[in-house]
Amino acid sequence: MARTLMKGNEAIAAAAINAGCRFFFGYPITPQNEIPEYMSRELPKVGGVYVQAESEVAAINMVYGAAGAGARVLTSSSSPGISLMQEGISYLAGAELPCVLVNIMRAGPGLGGVQPSQADYFQATKGGGHGDYHVLVLAPANLQEAADLTQLAFDLADRYRNPVMVLADGMIGQLMEPVELSPYVPAADLPPKDWATTGTAASGGRRRVINSLYLYPDQLEQHVRALFAKYAAMERAEVRYEPHQCDDADVVIVAYGTTSRIARSAIEKCRRLGLRAGLLRPITLYPFPFAAFEQVIARPQGFLVVEMSMGQMLDDVKIAVAGRKPVAFYGRTGGIVPTPEEIVKQVRALLGGGP
Amino acid sequence: MKTVYEKSAGLTDVPLHYCPGCTHGIIHKLVAESLVELDVLGRAIAVAPVGCAVFAYDYFNCDAQEAAHGRAPAVATGIKRVHPEAIVFTYQGDGDLASIGMAEIVHAAMRGENLTVIFVNNAIYGMTGGQMAPTTLVGQSTTTSQLGRNRLGQGAPLRMCELLATIEATAFIARVSVHNVPRLTAAKRTIKKAFQLQIERKGFSLVEVLSTCPTNWGLSPVDALRWVEQTMIPVFPLGVYKDVEGGA
Repeated sequence: MARTLMKGNEAIAAAAINAGCRFFFGYPITPQNEIPEYMSRELPKVGGVYVQAESEVAAINMVYGAAGAGARVLTSSSSPGISLMQEGISYLAGAELPCVLVNIMRAGPGLGGVQPSQADYFQATKGGGHGDYHVLVLAPANLQEAADLTQLAFDLADRYRNPVMVLADGMIGQLMEPVELSPYVPAADLPPKDWATTGTAASGGRRRVINSLYLYPDQLEQHVRALFAKYAAMERAEVRYEPHQCDDADVVIVAYGTTSRIARSAIEKCRRLGLRAGLLRPITLYPFPFAAFEQVIARPQGFLVVEMSMGQMLDDVKIAVAGRKPVAFYGRTGGIVPTPEEIVKQVRALLGGGP
Repeated sequence: MKTVYEKSAGLTDVPLHYCPGCTHGIIHKLVAESLVELDVLGRAIAVAPVGCAVFAYDYFNCDAQEAAHGRAPAVATGIKRVHPEAIVFTYQGDGDLASIGMAEIVHAAMRGENLTVIFVNNAIYGMTGGQMAPTTLVGQSTTTSQLGRNRLGQGAPLRMCELLATIEATAFIARVSVHNVPRLTAAKRTIKKAFQLQIERKGFSLVEVLSTCPTNWGLSPVDALRWVEQTMIPVFPLGVYKDVEGGA
């Protein structure tokens, strides 16, 4: 497939169809509207179905029904809409249904604003809805990666029977970059969906039930422990991250998504100024790449976490560093995107230089 | 020996948990018999509610999904869009459908989703212990309207059939009761027709079934049936409110 200049939202939508997604349920919200618009136009051409739901609450429950019926299914929204979906996401995780969720984050809290933000990190990585569970969270830093991770997300969802979230921000969603959709071949060892409700005549007679209700506490505890065994398997097999110029770094910047791109620019500027900065970029936010810190922890004088929030991933970095090195934080919020110069200034301050 | 009566193949052998005198069991039977008689049990997928009928997924002898409170029509939409050949139905109570799930039922009807909804109205929240429902009658005492539901402030009952029948894309909307044998027989015909219309891809069908809650009404089973006839039906008139095939 040729490289095409696309908007981030369109790249995600195109990648989903490329990965065999044929069902989309959603509700309009800025800044992710190109995803439902693309799906409404393109899905019918490939025999798929687009339904505009009456709310995000309904949309996520349509996802539940379709996922439980065995389909590859996508929904997308932005922060306030994702909040509304949390009940359904908890049910999806509890009933072990695979689906892909896209959150093109905007600034909050409340109605907040429509500019880019990374302030949904806690909600995405720590559960988000009620009860003990996790969704697997993938954080692309450019449009090619957004497309690739969206395709991967469908395989991961099916492999673990778990919701997978592509967590990007309004910058990634609205940016235009060349994207080449890689030919999609599903992983060969994906488990059959022998649990999906299809009607007993189609499945050979045995009833199939999609459910997350366990009224007996011992059974529910057993169920939750089984979920966590699955999350442990994700933590062993699915951690993804990218180190960049960490080998000689005096300061390791930790950033994901849009802020990691800005950090790269800042690192170039730093190095021209003789400041040795590097980048550790988590690609999976859950599971978080804790072990990656062991590879880089010896050399730097400290870490600098940069986020478009008041400091959320910061907590996981502190857990990873465990007090062995200083961890500084620089964040902008409310829809303000930090500049490379602001980050350079932070690095310089950490290394004892003047502004 | 000749078999004169047997449990429907549309029901599993799991014992029903419903209270004595509750008519959920009868309604389950009518739904199950309809699916068997229409020969669609093997392609039926049930969506269970939150409320007294939460375990419906254990009782109907077909595939099933348990939905979050009120969301059954959205879940059913997802299932039906994936398997258009399946016979998909929701089974919902009045709190589930007429309160927390109001948006989902109205919009499933608005889209003309080719689903069947069995709406069991007993004018109270049963599972949670007898709280006021949107269908509770004016003056009816519940645990959250102990002096009787007050028209001003607590409001008057929502009539879902009348409301949904105004929606253009619906195919069939009817209210039935199971408080005596003639009504039960008529209810069975109505439920079967709703499924038949789904089989014929006519679109959204809903049957509201007036049901008893002796436990939370504080009545004996016999008095509860009498209460349906004498007190509920005047507020919730039986009949066909919409029928794409004419009538009503």
